[in-house]
Amino acid sequence: MNTATSTSRTWKKPPFIQSPMLRWSLVVGGAIYLALAFGTMDVNWGRVADGIPRGHRFVSAFFPPDFVSRAGDIFDGILESLWITIISTVAGIAVSIPVGLGAARNLAPRPIYLASRAILAISRTFPEIIIALFAVKLFGFGPFAGFIALSIGTIGFYGKLLAEDIEDMDPSQAEAVRATGAGWFQWLNYAVQPQVMPRMIGLGMYRLDINFRESAVVGIVGGGGIGATLLTSFDRYEFDSAAAILLIIIGIVMAVEYSSSYIRKWVQ
Amino acid sequence: MPVTQTASEKLWQRRDRKTQLSIWGVQLACLMVFAFCWSLVSEKTIWEFVYDAPRQAGDMASRMVPPAWDYMDKLWLAIWDTINIATLGTLMAVIMAFPIAFLAARNTTPSVVFVRPIALFIIVSSRSINSLLWALMLVTIIGPGVMAGVLAIGFRSIGFCAKLLYEAIEEIDTTQVEAVTATGASGPQILHYGIVPQILPAFAGISVFRWDINIRESTVLGLVGAGGIGLQLNASINNVAWTQVSLILLVILGTVIVSEWVSAKVRHAII
Repeated sequence: MNTATSTSRTWKKPPFIQSPMLRWSLVVGGAIYLALAFGTMDVNWGRVADGIPRGHRFVSAFFPPDFVSRAGDIFDGILESLWITIISTVAGIAVSIPVGLGAARNLAPRPIYLASRAILAISRTFPEIIIALFAVKLFGFGPFAGFIALSIGTIGFYGKLLAEDIEDMDPSQAEAVRATGAGWFQWLNYAVQPQVMPRMIGLGMYRLDINFRESAVVGIVGGGGIGATLLTSFDRYEFDSAAAILLIIIGIVMAVEYSSSYIRKWVQ
Repeated sequence: MPVTQTASEKLWQRRDRKTQLSIWGVQLACLMVFAFCWSLVSEKTIWEFVYDAPRQAGDMASRMVPPAWDYMDKLWLAIWDTINIATLGTLMAVIMAFPIAFLAARNTTPSVVFVRPIALFIIVSSRSINSLLWALMLVTIIGPGVMAGVLAIGFRSIGFCAKLLYEAIEEIDTTQVEAVTATGASGPQILHYGIVPQILPAFAGISVFRWDINIRESTVLGLVGAGGIGLQLNASINNVAWTQVSLILLVILGTVIVSEWVSAKVRHAII
């Protein structure tokens, strides 16, 4: 080793993106995009400035929030949201089980597989809120529209994960049960279901959690639940009631999330 | 293994009597809760509308074809706005999530007792409130427009990005940090040379993943007035211009598919 080097070398951290061409073109492209985006963004700064005192009023409405004066409406809205959450989770999962079985490549024949995958893709494409918008047009205002929208969302989510889980299962167990001469339903019940059940219960709890969050917004387009109450309180500029509703939503979401992660740990 | 011996043969069952009964009990309880909730919702439903819905749906579908292709001219700006809302919102979120994640991670937080709970509270409250609710609030405060949409997406995404990022920080390889510390590096230097390079791939992956979700969410923010293509959707539905509605739905579909493809490509390149 040559110890008599006269030039001292400084070490530099290697960059995250190795190729300098790609790195610089990303930087330049990003800068051009940002300039364009900010340039075309139509912001009414006067209106934003007007909003600052209103924003201040909104923040101060949290100290303390007003749970009392709209207590009846808030209570009804929360309960309605909870009912929608529960029935849409149950109904969505019930429908997604046959669809999910059909969408598993190792279970279903080709035509059924393609049809089920198409159903899943369609129900996953649009956000729940757009489905809710159309459900309200079709079924009228109220919790039924919210129920339909959330159920469709649940089918897409749960069916896809169920299908993937079945595709990943251990085939040797399935073969063993089949070798005993089990019928198709017995095979499903004794070979497939025990393998996917723990994870699917966990995912069901997770979907319950998502559905509650979503049930808070379907009300904005008329789908029932706490969203409608929240929208009304915003429209009336009753910020202290709105603050109360938001705090209740955060509280329930945290409670559901905590208990669902507890149940998931307990099941697995 | 529960096996019952009858006169002639052994009978195998999957569970013993007690487990089976308790499982049935739980199932019955769930069924009762479901029936109760269903009856309450059913009370508030006007069933005539529901029975009429299939005919209505057919009617609506027949009015939707063919999509009003010439309306596309007015949609380009809305698509551009939608993409900007998602991109700028994600940018804002990752910039703010980065420090919050370091404050929330158990191994980098300055104080487990004081700072960490505050950071966790920010994460939880940002995550619990849907971006549409954020948009509703911001539209009331700063007025309708793209700005409210960007902020709504940003506020909603802070919690998401910070949560995934702080979990990544907590899982880093401590030996590298130790090695950098052993060279006599100061606190910020340890952060810069020991920790950041380890989480950078995760950080980039999280950002792109959230961007993809945000494209989806920014398509609907217009329903409450926060800019993007949702504004056009709402207007067309209110004007019962169903051919425009079908075009907008197709455009949303296309945007979502393209963004999903881009995000999958980028994440594949990073990881």
